[in-house]
Amino acid sequence: MSLTLFLQQLINGVSLGSLYALIAIGYTMVYGILRLINFAHGDLLMVAAYAGMYGVLLFSLPWFISFPLAVMATGALGILLDRAAYKPLRQAPRISLLISAIGASFLMENLALVLIGGVPKPFPRPDFFGYVIKAGDLHILVLTIYSPIITLLLVLGLLYIVFKTKAGKAMRAASLDFEATRLMGINLDRIIALTFLIGSSLAAASGIMWAMKYPQINPFMGVIPGFKAFIAAVIGGIGNIVGAVLGGFLLGLCEILIVALLPDLAEYRDAFAFLILIGVLLFRPTGIMGEPIIQ
Amino acid sequence: MSEKLKFWLNVASLVLLFGVLFLFSRYGSGYQIRILNNIAIFITLAVSYNLVNGVCGLLHLGPNGFIAIGAYTSALLSMTPAEKQLNFIIEHAIWPINVIQVPFVVSLIAAGVAAASVAFLISFPVLRVRGDYLAIVTLGFGEVIRVLCNAAQSVTNGPLGLKGLQAHTNLWWSWGVATLAVAAIQRLINSNYGLAMKAIREDETAARAMGVDPFQRLMLAFLISAFFSGIAGGLLAHLITTISPGLFTFLLTFNLLIMIVVGGLGSTTGSIIGAVLFAWGGEALRIVERPMEIGPFTIPGIPGMRMVIFSLILMLVILFVRKGIMGRSEFSWDALASKFAGWRRTQTPP
Repeated sequence: MSLTLFLQQLINGVSLGSLYALIAIGYTMVYGILRLINFAHGDLLMVAAYAGMYGVLLFSLPWFISFPLAVMATGALGILLDRAAYKPLRQAPRISLLISAIGASFLMENLALVLIGGVPKPFPRPDFFGYVIKAGDLHILVLTIYSPIITLLLVLGLLYIVFKTKAGKAMRAASLDFEATRLMGINLDRIIALTFLIGSSLAAASGIMWAMKYPQINPFMGVIPGFKAFIAAVIGGIGNIVGAVLGGFLLGLCEILIVALLPDLAEYRDAFAFLILIGVLLFRPTGIMGEPIIQ
Repeated sequence: MSEKLKFWLNVASLVLLFGVLFLFSRYGSGYQIRILNNIAIFITLAVSYNLVNGVCGLLHLGPNGFIAIGAYTSALLSMTPAEKQLNFIIEHAIWPINVIQVPFVVSLIAAGVAAASVAFLISFPVLRVRGDYLAIVTLGFGEVIRVLCNAAQSVTNGPLGLKGLQAHTNLWWSWGVATLAVAAIQRLINSNYGLAMKAIREDETAARAMGVDPFQRLMLAFLISAFFSGIAGGLLAHLITTISPGLFTFLLTFNLLIMIVVGGLGSTTGSIIGAVLFAWGGEALRIVERPMEIGPFTIPGIPGMRMVIFSLILMLVILFVRKGIMGRSEFSWDALASKFAGWRRTQTPP
């Protein structure tokens, strides 16, 4: 493989990885506090993409207003999801919570299918993200460069919230010991709502960038990115935000590079991530950044 | 109630069941027979799925993988070499698939054995983890099987699938297998092994302290569940006569999950009720996807509405009636007899 091609794939991998990273953060934050895989998390991507699209097409808003609005709406939907599907089950066995999450995911997908229809719709990509930079033999869509930058900015903002503010302190406390945090007089429902708000907004940002990258959106577009981002979160060590970001980048890079180096295996691309997951769970279940579990 | 009486009651209800089936096979319409076949296959699938999810308490999300393995194994073994030649247009089937042909019953057993062997292989990574991790690993396994079915063109014929299978599955096959599966799994649950599985579900550490080896017991449940799922997959393939990877998506697992949750996680009786309700309700709900005329108004049918209703039912059951219909209790003649006695007492004046 020539150097240019390699460089091109490297950039693609980092860009894809940044999208996984943003979604993985939501999984890891919710898992850290509630010990729950939020199966419906991936579908928030789809909601954000549709919201952004209708903002531009139906209400003819400019993209820089429509997209942030879509992100906020998805964040609110995340809180609603927690209130409706997870909050009544806080004291229930874990299996019930997971089944509720799967149900919520199917409900969102099929509601979208009924309301919008299953035909893929073209996503209006703003020209701002749509032009191609040519550097020598390299052809790079400018979005490919912006998405890691946007991701890094968002992650820095998130790290500030988690490590420098009071709410962030409460979040970290809740993920260490849920009951003790409640005893300290912290309103856990608000902390959980904030967690869902942040996680869902980040997933929404990723969803909109995803829709610009692959500009055909359909009600099931969030499923595969959702699973892969969860795997990224496990690779990084679930419950750890920096780990989730690293895992996301790692998974994106591996996926693109393996397909580029071994084109014969391209068909197996979706299976590949799950094999990584099984490998990680077998040999290092706590992931890259996770602390060893003391039993 | 004596054991002997219960035995004869069981025999009588089986005779009654197969008598009704005989009447349907004679006089029922094709549609009715089709639904009865569906019900039997769903019962087999739900009861074997419940063994892992309800009795052992593991959220296993990959039965669609086992069903796919069973369906493909059985289909490939029962087709004649000429039929295979017709199906595999893009790439020829590899040896020995292209020449082999066995009777239907052998292909069904092979389907079960194939699914159980794969279950044995993946049980090593899967049973090392619990809870959410187990859910995501098994889900990944189901997904990997589907991807493999799509990609292995010379074995499964890829996305084109296999067409024109002989419709071997009839009421006797499907209900025979269902009866066998229910009897076998129920015996397992009531045995010492079943007690150990329930103990693991309630408290794994305590069970371990009592000398139960979780890995062995869970592996047994996993293998038996996969075995019957594989056979049911074979029956399904020979019922609908066309299979393709798109049939075995996560949606299939989701449907099974609805059945066992609505019926009551951990109850075989509940799984049977759930399967019957699902098969019947799925047909009844077709109304919402068809245009309806009420007086002068026409309500257009909404395609996809059934899945919305199913997801809502699943969520409502899990949120508000977590026990489902049966909870963890089972049907028994004793309970029925005492109910009946209680009813008699209210009828007779003191």
